[in-house]
Amino acid sequence: MLKQCEGSHAVAEAVALARPEVICAYPISPQTHIVEGLGEMVKAGEIQDCEYINVESEFAAMSVAIGSSATGARTYTATASQGLLFMVEAVYNASGLGLPIVMTVANRALGAPINIWNDHSDSMSQRDCGWIQLFAENNQEAADLHIQAFKIAEELSLPVMVCMDGFILTHAYERVDMPTQEQVDAFLPPYVPRQVLDPRDPVSIGAMVGPEAYTEVRYLAHAKQMQALELIPKVSREFKEIFGRDSGGLVRPYLLEDADTVVIALGSVLGTIKDTIDEMRADGISIGVLGINSFRPFPVSAIRRALSHAKRIVVLEKSFAVGIGGIVATDVRMAMDGLDQRIYTVVAGLGGRNITRASLHRVLRMAMHDQLEGLHFMDLEWNIVNRELDRERQTRRSGPIAENILRDLGQTKSNVG
Amino acid sequence: MNKPFAITLQVGSSLANKTGSWRTFRPVYVNRLPPCNNACPAGEDTQGWLFHAESGDYETAWRHLTEANPMPAVMGRVCYHPCEGACNRGKLDDAVGINSVERFLGDEAIKQGWAFSKPAASTGKRVLVVGAGPSGLSAAYQLRRMGHEVVIFEAGPAAGGMMRFGIPKYRLPREVLDAEVQRIVDMGVELRLETKVDNILETMKAEKFDAAFLAVGAHIAKRTAIPATESSRILDAVSVLRSMEGEETPMLGRRVVVYGGGNTAIDVARTAKRLGAEEAIIVYRRTRDKMPAHDFEVEEALQEGVMMRWLSTIKQVGDGGAIQVEKMVLDEAGRPVPTGEFDTLEADSVVLALGQDVDLGLLDGVPGLSFEDGVVQVGDNMMTAYPGIFAGGDMVPSDRTVTVGIGHGKHAARHIDAWLKGTTYDKPAKKEIATFDKLNPWYYTDADKTVRPMLDIIRRQSSFDEVQGGLDESNALFEARRCLSCGNCFECDNCYGVCPDNAVIKLGPGRKFEFNYDYCKGCGVCVEECPCGAIALEPESA
Amino acid sequence: MGHQDIKFYQTGTFTVGNRLLPPEQRSVQADMERTNSLNSGHRACQGCGEALGARYAIDAAMRATGNRLVAVNATGCLEVFSTPYPETSWQIPWIHSLFGNAAAVATGVAAANKVKARKAGLALPETRVIAQGGDGGTTDIGFGCLSGMFERNDDVLYICYDNQAYMNTGVQRSSATPPAARTATTMPVGDEPGNEWGQGKNVPLIAMAHGIPYVATASVSDLRDLEYKVTKAMNMRGARYIHIFVPCPLGWGSASQDTIKLARLAKETGLFPVFEAEYGEVTNVSKIRQKQPVEAYLRLQRRFAHLFGKKPRLDVVARFQEMADQNIRKFGLLGSDRAAVGFPGSEHK
Repeated sequence: MLKQCEGSHAVAEAVALARPEVICAYPISPQTHIVEGLGEMVKAGEIQDCEYINVESEFAAMSVAIGSSATGARTYTATASQGLLFMVEAVYNASGLGLPIVMTVANRALGAPINIWNDHSDSMSQRDCGWIQLFAENNQEAADLHIQAFKIAEELSLPVMVCMDGFILTHAYERVDMPTQEQVDAFLPPYVPRQVLDPRDPVSIGAMVGPEAYTEVRYLAHAKQMQALELIPKVSREFKEIFGRDSGGLVRPYLLEDADTVVIALGSVLGTIKDTIDEMRADGISIGVLGINSFRPFPVSAIRRALSHAKRIVVLEKSFAVGIGGIVATDVRMAMDGLDQRIYTVVAGLGGRNITRASLHRVLRMAMHDQLEGLHFMDLEWNIVNRELDRERQTRRSGPIAENILRDLGQTKSNVG
Repeated sequence: MNKPFAITLQVGSSLANKTGSWRTFRPVYVNRLPPCNNACPAGEDTQGWLFHAESGDYETAWRHLTEANPMPAVMGRVCYHPCEGACNRGKLDDAVGINSVERFLGDEAIKQGWAFSKPAASTGKRVLVVGAGPSGLSAAYQLRRMGHEVVIFEAGPAAGGMMRFGIPKYRLPREVLDAEVQRIVDMGVELRLETKVDNILETMKAEKFDAAFLAVGAHIAKRTAIPATESSRILDAVSVLRSMEGEETPMLGRRVVVYGGGNTAIDVARTAKRLGAEEAIIVYRRTRDKMPAHDFEVEEALQEGVMMRWLSTIKQVGDGGAIQVEKMVLDEAGRPVPTGEFDTLEADSVVLALGQDVDLGLLDGVPGLSFEDGVVQVGDNMMTAYPGIFAGGDMVPSDRTVTVGIGHGKHAARHIDAWLKGTTYDKPAKKEIATFDKLNPWYYTDADKTVRPMLDIIRRQSSFDEVQGGLDESNALFEARRCLSCGNCFECDNCYGVCPDNAVIKLGPGRKFEFNYDYCKGCGVCVEECPCGAIALEPESA
Repeated sequence: MGHQDIKFYQTGTFTVGNRLLPPEQRSVQADMERTNSLNSGHRACQGCGEALGARYAIDAAMRATGNRLVAVNATGCLEVFSTPYPETSWQIPWIHSLFGNAAAVATGVAAANKVKARKAGLALPETRVIAQGGDGGTTDIGFGCLSGMFERNDDVLYICYDNQAYMNTGVQRSSATPPAARTATTMPVGDEPGNEWGQGKNVPLIAMAHGIPYVATASVSDLRDLEYKVTKAMNMRGARYIHIFVPCPLGWGSASQDTIKLARLAKETGLFPVFEAEYGEVTNVSKIRQKQPVEAYLRLQRRFAHLFGKKPRLDVVARFQEMADQNIRKFGLLGSDRAAVGFPGSEHK
């Protein structure tokens, strides 16, 4: 059924269709609308047999989820940014215990400086936490991925993080084809836990494991993610059979076949990139894009297969590993190891900065001519950065960087004005 | 359940980890000697029989008790209960009323008609017991249980010895004594009354006795030379008390002076009151706290109106019963010293209660015997220097109480039995005493001693009804349950409960507990928290 | 005390059991068929009060719930000594997640059970949940989750085994560590040796301030009281909290056999008031039976040895005595005293 609705609402409805049994809610922008929507649905009786718990922190949200999932309840929560960081200890624990929790991360920048707008820093900080991380390109996919996420999570007994860009998707009204309950029920069987806290068959979950077995446990976690590389496309195919559309999978190629230059990106920015590429193609430029849908597990083979013919790769990412550069790019380099390709890292859209087609055109054309530096910061205001660096060189204690920059921005504006 | 590797474990699997290997000390269950048992001259397993009484199993309690003492109804009245003096509970509130529970069991046995079990198979040995007092009856009972043929020769007209002829009825009703004597006779002990043994060797030879136990008692009153113009006014306590058993009560008059400070003096004074004396005065040369008589008996006598003249000696008995008394003082060593000050008392009669001597005539001609202070010497095995002749009770060196007599009888019986078999009886080594510091008294609730009912004072002064009443079933049970069970497990489950390692195995009712040394880490919490000190901590050997 | 009407003059209700008691009046721990929820082979130190307290509490809860019980365990000694791979000492469904989240995990368990019960057509879940942790996991790092669980009135019994420091990590100070106590982070050096005199953090009273259905303190030295409280708690619904005093021979520097004795002294001195409260009001206090001076308690522990060393700190001992006396007044711990003001409701009882 086609609907014009807010992304958060679409996700809330999709989660509701998955018949969750426990939902933990704690407010943090830009995820809040999702749990608000679910809360209303539970209270109104639209979601039956579900406990909706207003917890006191994200740490508690994930902890409650651990408890309910281990007791065999299909469990959902959502968070973003600082909230994800605050629950980190429990995030690792959930995957370590193999609990198939599904969590939405409405991607948002990390402080300080505090910033509520979108980038991928939060999810990327958790790339090694053991969860499966799926990125949605648009609201339709965000909704669809949640339904798939429960199936993947429960088959593997691993938690799944569905990442969608904060505000850009969560707060955007788009047309979404909402599945019916019958379809979802046909696709997603009831949750049969791999292990459960049940007095009829008691077990001790969460043992202390020493050097004698810890490595094996960690390897098994890796092996499970490797199994996910097969399962994720399979679930995507099953999804298509029932719902009739492509959604999910490991990677999403666009105009790749003959492309000399390939852009790699995750999330909603793929739309802008595709538009840009359409325009560049119209100009006769051999360029395509590969969307990464599953960041964890990282689809090394799929990416290598898709990009083996490319001459150069531009990894455009909304995240940044301070002190080295790209996060996604590093993984891509590993995937392409040994091939003679130039790989550029473009850090863009941090803290909600717009990624415009104009900027993309400029940067991609530079890349095409191999005029781009290896690590490029799109639309970086160099004059501000340089002024601050100068100041710091002169005065050791030059004050907080953010404040200084704001002061410069004010000067800049007044200069302009 | 398809459990994830390592993170999820099968329940209870830690049993594979035998933490007992950590131990440097190991707890062991012990049976320590309770102070009451230790103090009992009759060797009763007091704590042991109280254990059964606590559960209301009075017959088992009585059977356990009578292994050492066949006369609990008597002893529950006349024993001076050193057990209670030793009782650890006295350090908490009041000693357990062991004596009153014993009496309850004895009375219950008479009421229910419980009989002693049949003797062991006959040994074919004949043992002569001379004297049917506490020692003789006790020995006869024990020897009969062992399967020997026992004949008691008693010089008097009835069995009981001093229990009958020394202890007044108001302390020991005769039907109680008769019942307990009869129960011994019913075991097949032959009792020949008014049969005096004049020569022990002849008697043994004549009736082919294999051994003899002599317990003739001390029935000859000690006299002291008091100048008297009317010697008829001077009587002795033994005769007075003995004549109480006859048809004619002694003529003591309205004013009676009793000379002496022992229990017999008290008995005579109280008897005199009951016979109608307006005044009964005890004259004693030292002070109340130096009196050999038990304080509670002094107290009861005072309640009944008996008067006391401390620090006084009788110098002479003059005309018309004018008794000259000299005042004494105690020197630094506590000995009475004459002062030269005199006083006069009026008395219709003077009863001397100065102790008793033994009639040792039956031993004349027995070779090798030695005597000292008027009693015959025996070895640790109660045997005299003449093989096969044993002796006990008041005729051997010891305290002269009924309880000691009962103990002698038991003790001698064991040695006689061994001697008859050509072996020796080795007393088991004495166990460590369960002193108060071995207990954890926290666990005992506060429960004051139950006071036995006392006969009202008017009837005490005018009749020979029993002064002290007994406990009834409910308060006997209460009293039994005040027992701390010193040194012996009473199945309180504390060790089983307090072990942090579940290393105590509960074996079930009556079967107590054992340690599971596979898991016991030797922390000692069970030892510390055992209320009754029945667990010891021992170093682990390497 | 006084929770079980037993007229048994030998030991009253103080011992674990008694051969003469009718079976229905015996403690859970006296039962030959007790569950031993925490079984032998665990790696707790000799004389561990926490191991003992945990078995007492969980066995009682097992009896109260007909063995339909799940336990959630915070990180800490109890967790580490009971479940090192490949062996677990637990006999019940049990989960360990993190140090600071036991209350929240238990909320999740309770929520899942509630949903399952509803799906099965039951009004109330049959399977109940207990969360448990040490004082560090409860009064410090787990405090946020604990308060949240209380405030929502989730159907969880949280049990804190209070041994007054972070023992598992090597005896560091927690907010439950008493003043002047030596720990690895409050060494007995300088002018004011040992832990600072702070304001204290009385979590049972804070729990009461949430107005939850049931709050109680208990001690390994009074088994029947502890079992009574756990049973009572398991017969109620909503958020419940029991704070159990569990001496630690290792951390306190006490003899392993003195574990229960120390717990008893803590109560009998007044330093650890044993009481229960319902909906924010004190309803019952365990009276002191044989009042003891604080010194009797302090002297048995090496963590306080510096108070009795070459330069005895009688002033500090006196402050402890003041603390104890204040508790005695505040909770009415002696004789027929009633609780002082501050506990509305106690005057009715």
